[in-house]
Amino acid sequence: MERILDVKNLEIDFKTYAGTVHAIRDVDFHLNKGETLAIVGESGSGKSVTVRTLMGLLASNAKIVGGSVDFEGKDIVQMSEKELTHLRGNDIAMIFQDPMTSLDPTMTIGKQVAEPLRLHTKISEKAALAEAVRVLELVGITNAKARLKDYPHQFSGGQRQRIVIAIAIINNPKILIADEPTTALDVTIQAQILELLKEVQEKIDTSIIFITHDLGVVAGIADRVAVMYAGKIIEYGQVDEIFYNAQHPYTWGLLEAMPTLETKSDRLYAIPGTPPNLINPPAGDAFAARNEFALAIDLQQEPPFFQVSPTHAAATWLLDPQAPKVTLPPEIQRRHQIWEEKFANKGVNA
Amino acid sequence: MIKYILKRVGYLILTLFLVASITFFLMKLLPGTPFNNPKLPPDQIEALKAQYGLDKPVWQQYLSYMLGLLHGDMGMSFQFSGQSVSYLIMSRIGPSLQLGLQAMILGTLLGILLGAVAAIRKNTWVDSVATIFAILGRSIPNFVFAALLQFFLAYKLRLFPIALWDGFSSSILPTIALAMAPLANTARFMRTEMVDVLNSDYIELARSKGETRWQTVANHALRNSMIPIVTIIGPMAVDLMVGSLVVENVFAIPGIGEQFVKSITTNDYPVIMGLTIMYSFMLTVVILIVDILYGVIDPRIRLNEEAN
Repeated sequence: MERILDVKNLEIDFKTYAGTVHAIRDVDFHLNKGETLAIVGESGSGKSVTVRTLMGLLASNAKIVGGSVDFEGKDIVQMSEKELTHLRGNDIAMIFQDPMTSLDPTMTIGKQVAEPLRLHTKISEKAALAEAVRVLELVGITNAKARLKDYPHQFSGGQRQRIVIAIAIINNPKILIADEPTTALDVTIQAQILELLKEVQEKIDTSIIFITHDLGVVAGIADRVAVMYAGKIIEYGQVDEIFYNAQHPYTWGLLEAMPTLETKSDRLYAIPGTPPNLINPPAGDAFAARNEFALAIDLQQEPPFFQVSPTHAAATWLLDPQAPKVTLPPEIQRRHQIWEEKFANKGVNA
Repeated sequence: MIKYILKRVGYLILTLFLVASITFFLMKLLPGTPFNNPKLPPDQIEALKAQYGLDKPVWQQYLSYMLGLLHGDMGMSFQFSGQSVSYLIMSRIGPSLQLGLQAMILGTLLGILLGAVAAIRKNTWVDSVATIFAILGRSIPNFVFAALLQFFLAYKLRLFPIALWDGFSSSILPTIALAMAPLANTARFMRTEMVDVLNSDYIELARSKGETRWQTVANHALRNSMIPIVTIIGPMAVDLMVGSLVVENVFAIPGIGEQFVKSITTNDYPVIMGLTIMYSFMLTVVILIVDILYGVIDPRIRLNEEAN
């Protein structure tokens, strides 16, 4: 499968008054052409910082200490501001979390949607607005032509997110980054927006990086999943591999914390403790302090990635041949059983 | 929109009526009479009072004044016999109005520029210089600026006329002196608001479209940051009207401010009334303009007003 984006050994520090925060620590991942990659993790795990690097939109106190982001043979990390300006909104576009605040309240929708087109191509305002009508209709804004002169406050939250998507896709970007695009919406609208993203992906043939903290959303949209914790990717694989054959105790925790129809207990599981302070990241596995399955070595030495399948790997010492066998939590046992029955024999399409 | 403006004009008339009434009765509470020359014998004072209708009960005076006002008649000055109040105001208001307008335009435009640059270059030396400038402009009274400008630019360097009202060049120094406070105020507000706006999601989205920093400022940040500036234009206009008084004095400009002070010390009732009503009129008009401006800058407000 053709790779469109290749992130290698990315390291990002933030200078703060308290000290230097090592927000991204040796992150490695790639994006295949036409696929949807979900990056999952809790707040502060570094998922938003990672994708902002792809657009060269890091905060001014952030510094890329090392690594590279290869896009079509060029390293985004090394790009000049001028090259980045050309990249943004043209090759790589972004959908933001909160549609209530991400549109300019004093500019008409038509102008806002047409703006990326006018920035990157020499096109008349009239032609750009006609194109805006086309994408607005594509994302499901009815009567788009008449609404070009309307302002953001005249649209509902769901409609506004559709408009934000229209802005992102008007230049047919090769990569679409969606940073928690459904978090600020209510559940029924969430489903519509996810459906729309899938439709749009097909129509403009783009690859999507989908950032979320909600595994439930991932199941419906992602081809592959990367789980992030404390500035690192700790497990990645095909979506079924993550949902039914997870190997990292942190991924187990996330799965347990997600209510399903099978959830019998009236108490919802929560991972105990809080993420570590990334000013002084702990030695060994960053998750060890919250991990009930932690081994002695977890506190001393960082686990390498152990390959589970050609597409699936997890960074946990539990996969080391010398590691003791652990009794899985009931929910994970149930999932692994489904895995055995359904997938193991057929193998996952790589 | 027309309905809205008509409604606002109605309020304006009501406001003016209330201001006129309240001023009238407050003035009656002022100690002393307009005819306090100790050389005047009592019977002549009585005769003068009768001539101006001041011997009648207060309510009758009030009624006749208000009736006159309806016809646009603001009465005659007590101080300058034979001069109508309207004439006094008209002959004096030109320089004050010109100074006020020039100072307002210069102050807000430069203030917006200074505040915006300070916000864009936040926490750099540019920001510090702008902040110091704003603090000085806000804390030093305009008559001090007036005197300084007069001394250095007019007296020492002879770049501008020292005083008096003779053509545009003589309005430059007083305009600059008057513009300092609005400039500082606008700059301060603009910086605060712009810092907020530049951190907002829609600016990040604009950046993600491929806009440069300067493009986001020009296309999105400026307009959104100006919304609170519109709010302070009203109070600043009042400041300018009242504040021009001393500056007019420093430059010996025959403006309206000087007239106002004189008429109060001499109990020249019709002139006080006339000037108060005129100031209120200008202020309410400024507020009306500000409200219309709001709608022009912020579409959310425009729609709400139409809905009402």
